[in-house]
Amino acid sequence: MNASAPNSPGTLDAPASAGSTLLEVRTVAKQFGAATVLKNISLNIAAGEFLTLLGESGSGKTTLLRLIAGFEAPTSGEIWMSGQRLDTLPPFRRPVNTVFQHYALFPHLNVRENVAYGLRAKATPAGEISSRVDEALDMVKMRNFADARPAKLSGGQQQRIALARALVNRPQLLLLDEPLSALDANLRKQMQSELKSLQREIGTTFLFVTHDQEEAMALSDRIALLRGGALEQIASPREIYARPATAYAAQFIGQTNLLRAEVRGGFAVCGALRWPTSRRDGLAVFSLRPEDIALAHANNPPAAGAATFRGTIRQQLYGGASETLEVTCVENQALRVRIRAAQSAAQPLQGEYDFYFDPANAIRVAD
Amino acid sequence: MYSRAYKAIVALPPLLWVGIFLMLPYALMFVHSFWLVRDGFIVHQWNLGNYAALFTRPVYLQVLMRTMRIAGSVTLFSLLLGYPLAYYLSFHSGVRKEFLYQLVIVPLWVSYLVRGYAWKTVLGSDGVLNGFLQYAHITHAPVGFLLYSPFAVVLMLTHIYTPFVFLPIYAALETIPRPLIEASQDLGATPAKTFFRVILPLSMPGLLAGATFAFVLSLGDFLAPLLVGGASGTMIANVVQSLFGAAYDWPLGAAVSVCILLLTLTSLFATETLEKRWSFKQMS
Repeated sequence: MNASAPNSPGTLDAPASAGSTLLEVRTVAKQFGAATVLKNISLNIAAGEFLTLLGESGSGKTTLLRLIAGFEAPTSGEIWMSGQRLDTLPPFRRPVNTVFQHYALFPHLNVRENVAYGLRAKATPAGEISSRVDEALDMVKMRNFADARPAKLSGGQQQRIALARALVNRPQLLLLDEPLSALDANLRKQMQSELKSLQREIGTTFLFVTHDQEEAMALSDRIALLRGGALEQIASPREIYARPATAYAAQFIGQTNLLRAEVRGGFAVCGALRWPTSRRDGLAVFSLRPEDIALAHANNPPAAGAATFRGTIRQQLYGGASETLEVTCVENQALRVRIRAAQSAAQPLQGEYDFYFDPANAIRVAD
Repeated sequence: MYSRAYKAIVALPPLLWVGIFLMLPYALMFVHSFWLVRDGFIVHQWNLGNYAALFTRPVYLQVLMRTMRIAGSVTLFSLLLGYPLAYYLSFHSGVRKEFLYQLVIVPLWVSYLVRGYAWKTVLGSDGVLNGFLQYAHITHAPVGFLLYSPFAVVLMLTHIYTPFVFLPIYAALETIPRPLIEASQDLGATPAKTFFRVILPLSMPGLLAGATFAFVLSLGDFLAPLLVGGASGTMIANVVQSLFGAAYDWPLGAAVSVCILLLTLTSLFATETLEKRWSFKQMS
């Protein structure tokens, strides 16, 4: 937990658009035998928010989701939702619904029966079930498949049914456990967009688990980055990208150059790089995004106040809109620089060049 | 691809085996059932007398009905014992799962005959159970119906076939993806509703397979009635045995056997149809 790190935004701030707090996770810890999977996690989810739990496998993100759904009980701590204590209730009494990683559609029931399952379990009147199921199937554009068995559907279609089956119950909070991870890349992008617009349309609070940082950035109002069972940083995607609290956050979300610098007399020095900083003297780690470094040349001289350095281009990796340069400075210091592709269309870049960056973009992060 | 000759060579031994030791005896039995016995000799004279006797002499139908009742009871009791056992092992046994599984399997290593004699010593008039009942002053004289009765046959066969019922049910329960059970709970279904709407339907193929084992194997059993059944516990296989043995009426014995075979095939066909109805392509 690095909430106290410099540049770290407040842990509990919700986006301006969101309403009151819906779910409160209070110092929740979870142990499986001797293994600690979650270490004192506290976070709030605002009503109507799209919050993503992001982390590598083993970070505890799925465990946290399962604690909220009720499939696991916390070792310590409490979970509250709209003034009601949640963690002591069995899963079938919690006003949350889950979209499972591999959809978990009932193979012996057709699409309509799958979607109606939750309403039937709660003894909803038959007429209401039928109209709400139709509505839910329309919402995910799957009305035509109402009589099909899940095995007959493609991955994307099963995904939609899983979504309809959860949302038809009008949960206060929808939990999504890596719901797009089983889909191929193109379908995945399309489903991301549909999921986002669906969430805006119905206004349900989404708690989304993923290990894909791009997906997290594209969808979320806020991202809670987990690392080894602890909360690394929680902030909006823009904020977490622009102001990562820790070296880990900076590396996990987007690419970065981590600069282990020595600060002395108002200047930070790291190999060939030297830039002014207001930090007090001592060792410090800074994050400098590849796109914040520019290649200096005749038509593009360094801006006033910019820090400059000289480096040799070792590799030029073309990436469509941009390209990445692998640069080596003195003492074999390796850096990544991202430049717009059009700039260098003519001939490959080779040899030594001058580079520059705005010192304000070298963000101090906790190690 | 394998050559045609290779396939033929591989297929030949099992085909010969099945042909000589299964199909040929069945054919002989079928043919015999239309012959008759005269002056202690089997006469190759085609007639339907044996089948007529089956339906006109009440003893055969009586024993057949009793056999079906016993087989039905064994099936029911084996399911009542085997299903909860399989359910417990699959869902709630935790780390003891392997050990308990072995415990269920162990009785299968013990000879059928040994288990039959064991029941005799348990149920007999000076057996373990009667001894205990009298010692505890629950009864004052040996209880007679315990041994040499349909009760004893049902008890022994249930004991023998419960592991056979347990195994396919356990296998079916083990293949139910656990997220389905979580999904059911997540959608608000209580544990009871989850059982009846998800677990039971998805374990139905295993349940039917187990029930078929118990029913078909009990239907043709002749050792249990011989050991613990007595006169009131005689089953149809004992009738067949005596017709082929002491009575030396092979044609009538063959006719009874054909009837048992038809009954068995009918129940196999019925459960197979049901199993198809209840089997679903599981999602990957």
